[in-house]
Amino acid sequence: MESKARRKERLDRGIKVRTEGIYAISSLRELTYLLLPRLTLILGLLIVPLVLPSMYWQRVVCMMCIFALLALAFDFLAHYVGIVCLGGALFIGLGGYISGVLHSSFGLSPALTIPIGTFGGALISTLLLLPCLPIRGIYFAIVSLMYPLMLSRIIEALGLFGGTDGLAGLTTFPNIWVDQYLIIVVVLIALFALRRLTNEDFGLVLRGIKDNDQAVRASGMNITLYKAQALFIASAIGCFGGAYLTHLYGWVGLSLFGLDFSILPIAACALGGIGTLTGPILGAFILTPLSEMLRAFGPLRIVFYCLILVGFIVFKPEGLMNYFQRKYHQFERWIEV
Amino acid sequence: MSEEIILRVSGASKSFGGIKAVNNVSFELAKGEIVGVIGPNGSGKTTLVNLITGFVKKDSGKVFFKNKDITKLPPHKIADLGIVRTFQVMRPYHSLPAYKNLIVPLYSPRVKRTSGGKLGDRNAVAIDILEEIGFERDAYVPYKLASSLPLGYLKRLELARCLALKPEIIMCDEVFSGLSMSEIVTAIPIMERLQMDGITLIMIEHRLRELFRLANRVIVMNFGEKIADGIPKEVMENKKVKEAYLGTEVI
Repeated sequence: MESKARRKERLDRGIKVRTEGIYAISSLRELTYLLLPRLTLILGLLIVPLVLPSMYWQRVVCMMCIFALLALAFDFLAHYVGIVCLGGALFIGLGGYISGVLHSSFGLSPALTIPIGTFGGALISTLLLLPCLPIRGIYFAIVSLMYPLMLSRIIEALGLFGGTDGLAGLTTFPNIWVDQYLIIVVVLIALFALRRLTNEDFGLVLRGIKDNDQAVRASGMNITLYKAQALFIASAIGCFGGAYLTHLYGWVGLSLFGLDFSILPIAACALGGIGTLTGPILGAFILTPLSEMLRAFGPLRIVFYCLILVGFIVFKPEGLMNYFQRKYHQFERWIEV
Repeated sequence: MSEEIILRVSGASKSFGGIKAVNNVSFELAKGEIVGVIGPNGSGKTTLVNLITGFVKKDSGKVFFKNKDITKLPPHKIADLGIVRTFQVMRPYHSLPAYKNLIVPLYSPRVKRTSGGKLGDRNAVAIDILEEIGFERDAYVPYKLASSLPLGYLKRLELARCLALKPEIIMCDEVFSGLSMSEIVTAIPIMERLQMDGITLIMIEHRLRELFRLANRVIVMNFGEKIADGIPKEVMENKKVKEAYLGTEVI
């Protein structure tokens, strides 16, 4: 049988070239082309709480959003600054404990403890990780993974802040709708703010550091300063998740430093498509409910979970979002060579 | 030419393990000079640039910029003073278009200070700089992704990144190597124009013929040591230099 060599050709849709390039957006059709994906995401997220059947699933939405925030922070640091940071547990733990302790010891209301937890936690995690910023790659990742272990052992050993029991009976949000919409709005703001940031001049410097940090230094810029600022932004996003979690369940405990918060965001990034910022959110929205649904399998849950992840990484290493974006912006055809 | 000394290097040394990459090198640069640094492979030219710009820590020796000791400053502080360099191995910011590559230097504290906050639109400034250095705006070359540019443009992009900083001294690490003859012919007037603007140039180069057209003075290095320093013609007559390039004569 005769076999012809073929290859796939990918072409940008004309509409993409026009809307993204230097041409003016002139028609409604082109405007729709740009706005449709964004609107789908925003409206989809806002509608999700309304269509969910039970309180249980509405709580899952809250957890989904927390993981989405962490995944967003991871993606921003890894793809736009070049820092591999496994500090999810550190951010959640610091944000959670700061707001929890402020609430129980000083009686501050959640309206104060959450912002203080967010920015105070971000400041502390940035200071903790600051000495390690000059080291690159996997070493930074290991250090960021160690801090939560260390902090949780300190709390356990010294019996601080309720020790292993944690602090219970904290004020929760008034109702389930506040629970969900607070975090959904924060996820959306964080997403669009980061997307904007990475295209601003400040963000370009960060991307420059990722591509070639020596050239940035040769341009007379202190790269540690810029990395620290990026780390502060990412950890603020993570710490908000922790502070929110505290008031979601009215409880603070050692499980806030759990490894899940560091590892699952990476899985979400791998699944959703690294570097897209939207992808990691999508990944978190798939993985968290999946993990809930697999509870029926009991101990085999993790096995199925891992199989799905491995399957994705092997067969779709680019991630869902990169795949969707390509399909949306380009058409493909087979041509003979 | 004014005889104002802008940069003075005295006794710079650096060893990697047992190898003396740069050994007790001293020289002075007058403002507005073009100085070539030549020598066989591995003679320590790039290391010398790394030592001056602070990317590699000196074992000993001092560097003075306008009589100010800059020996111990970190690389970004030295660049901030106006001593900038290109890299021999070009690594542009791949994920960005060419003109966005210049946003990083244009965003730097030095440019903010020198322009007094009146720089205007950074994108426009970046494209102007690129056009000046031979990126054809009409062909949309400045808008192309850095990873898709051919070598000649990348070399010029390196230079543009330095120019964006409005530098006083530029250290060019082999900007001509790998370029075609026609590309070099376009690059030489750029260098001459820089000199007329009062920028001091140090050029590490292997293309001697082109270098000698430009350079006022040449420093020759071999095995980490400075073996000659003078105007190009005299230097090439020097016995040591001939030996370094052609080997010792066997009788």
